[in-house]
Amino acid sequence: MAPILETKNLTMQFGGLTAVDNINFKVNSGEIVALIGPNGAGKTTFFNCVTGVYTPTSGDIFIAPNKTSPQRINGLKPNKVTEKGLARTFQNIRLFQNMTVLENVMIGRHIKLKSGLLGAIFRPKATMDEEQKVIQDSYDILTELGLEQYVNELAKNLPYGAQRRLEIARAMGTEPALLLLDEPAAGMNPQETKELDEMIVKIRDVNKISILLIEHDMSLVMSISEKIFVVDYGKLIAEGSPDEIKQNPDVIKAYLGDEDA
Amino acid sequence: MSDILKYFTVKEMKKSLVMSLWFMILTFPIMVIKVNTIEDTVVWRWGNLIGIGIGAFFMSTLWRYLLERKNMQSPLSDKKTLQIRVMDWANENPKAKTTALIAVGAFMAAFPFLTSMYQTSIMTTALMYIVLGLGLNIVVGLGGLLHLGYAAFYAVGAYTYALLNYHFGLSFWICLPIGAGLATVMGILLAIPVLRLRGDYLAIVTLGFGEVIRIILENWNDFSFGPSGIANIPRPGFFGMSMKLQTATIYIYFIMIAMVIFTIFVVRRLENSRMGRAWIAMREDEIASESMGIDITKSKITTFALGAFWAGMVGVIFAAKTTFINPASFTLWESVMILCVVVIGGMGSIFGVVIGALILILLPEYLRAFSEYRMLMFGAILVIMMVFRPGGIISNIRKKYKFEPTQNSAESSKEGV
Ligand SMILES: Nc1ncnc2c1ncn2[C@@H]1O[C@H](COP(=O)(O)OP(=O)(O)OP(=O)(O)O)[C@@H](O)[C@H]1O
Ligand SMILES: [Mg+2]
Repeated sequence: MAPILETKNLTMQFGGLTAVDNINFKVNSGEIVALIGPNGAGKTTFFNCVTGVYTPTSGDIFIAPNKTSPQRINGLKPNKVTEKGLARTFQNIRLFQNMTVLENVMIGRHIKLKSGLLGAIFRPKATMDEEQKVIQDSYDILTELGLEQYVNELAKNLPYGAQRRLEIARAMGTEPALLLLDEPAAGMNPQETKELDEMIVKIRDVNKISILLIEHDMSLVMSISEKIFVVDYGKLIAEGSPDEIKQNPDVIKAYLGDEDA
Repeated sequence: MSDILKYFTVKEMKKSLVMSLWFMILTFPIMVIKVNTIEDTVVWRWGNLIGIGIGAFFMSTLWRYLLERKNMQSPLSDKKTLQIRVMDWANENPKAKTTALIAVGAFMAAFPFLTSMYQTSIMTTALMYIVLGLGLNIVVGLGGLLHLGYAAFYAVGAYTYALLNYHFGLSFWICLPIGAGLATVMGILLAIPVLRLRGDYLAIVTLGFGEVIRIILENWNDFSFGPSGIANIPRPGFFGMSMKLQTATIYIYFIMIAMVIFTIFVVRRLENSRMGRAWIAMREDEIASESMGIDITKSKITTFALGAFWAGMVGVIFAAKTTFINPASFTLWESVMILCVVVIGGMGSIFGVVIGALILILLPEYLRAFSEYRMLMFGAILVIMMVFRPGGIISNIRKKYKFEPTQNSAESSKEGV
């Protein structure tokens, strides 16, 4: 079966800086894969290329969600990529601050709904049913992520950890086949990180969503991921199981060369 | 009250003193020196200086007191604002809410019969600004796109009626949808080139667009009759009946009332629909909303198109009301005025826009004495609003949904304004 996400020689340059350098990368369906590397290694840029925020300078990105045959998605707009089954969270939280928690998830469900201008104005039964359903579905997602007590709060009023979880809830609203998490544990305390750990595994097992995560918290990475890719200065320097990565001399060097290793 | 006393410490007094000195220097040339050109003498009005000094001193103290008080409120505090308390009360007492609505309705219906034609005419203008404000609110308040050329669409509506009537004798009621339609098309045409712009850049381009339309109207004499404009535009007809001026004024007033109700009805439904939510998400964060599957291109075009729709419609009514139009009615000042209605009233809030329009249009009419200082007061109000109530007089409160905690069935309830 084709991998759910595959990049071939993916390169992204900003002027003279090569932020992503010739990366060959693969996530198989049902896997939890981690992408790690020192600060500024190009991890977020990699995400941005895959999700359509940036158009890569060269190389190919293929996705094959839900057992379809692989399709090339270079240069597609982010909303089209999301429609195809990739959803993401942001490293620097980007919630819709002045919308309620429920509405944030409802936006995630946008692509699953149909009603347009006339539906909004005349409110035929189809639209009303659809609205009723999206409210319920969004509420269910919030419940799954333990956010139901905040339903009607504005997103900006949530505690930090809850905002991070809401980012995940919103992305799950799009019913992705692959969920890309950019440092989901950043700023969380150990207790919250542990809960997040369980949550991610549950999302994979129960919702059948493959997961690709960027993370600096090594305990989280080592405990949940089946495969790890390591980048440094935009280049892929290692890939393998957590145990292999722990022993890889290149990885140790990259991290020890970095101050916050 | 006791905490206001702490603003009268020596340190605070010093700050206020510096501020008042600064103001005295700033206003010295205009407020103190007066040249009598006939006698060629200079009159020194020292009394003004003292007045400004004392005034600035107290204003500065008050300003810092209010600012401090505002900063003390944490965003997470449970303290409910007056607005939320009133809304909660209204939701708990549906009867009172209905009564209030009926009272307002009755007042508005009786208004033209209780007051003079002049008053009715001013109120009609205020109602027009309500619809214009609600239209622009779709672009600025919901879509978050700063649009400074809104008057251009207003002009499109007005000229559509004036010209179609002049050349082909088309009636008001036929031109109303045509004007709205043409303005909508113009909205789409403007939206396409500005798709990639946001913030200041968008504001500048839309401002330019508005000016271009006005300049075209002013200079293309064969088409628009230039600065002299078009006169003798017929008032709205009522099955071919001819009306006295007074009846016609009242008739237009009620057309506007119907229009306001229609607009509020549609905008209310839009803002809590799938489409409206997408607009708000775009306002909140373009990149995030795009990553959640929202087609930004489509959202931008629909906000511009729908915003323009209302402007076109009001434009037709404006032409019919004044019976004379020329490009001077559609200047940048007009766009700014409508923007002020939205910003001061409350971005994204229907009730806020209604209040904003009433305040901005009616107050200057009834405070004629201050009309010279109108611009000054507008500026002052805007600055004060931005500092103390950036959300506008009435801030937008999102709709809340009720859920049965145990059950799986969701029950939505309307609580939005
Ligand atoms: N839009 C951009 N324009 C120019 N340079 C950029 C841009 N985005 C990222 N970069 C550069 O690309 C490099 C990789 O950045 P990136 O954000 O992908 O790193 P990262 O691996 O996510 O780091 P962190 O762990 O700190 O989040 C950095 O040197 C950064 O300055
Ligand atoms: Mg990053």
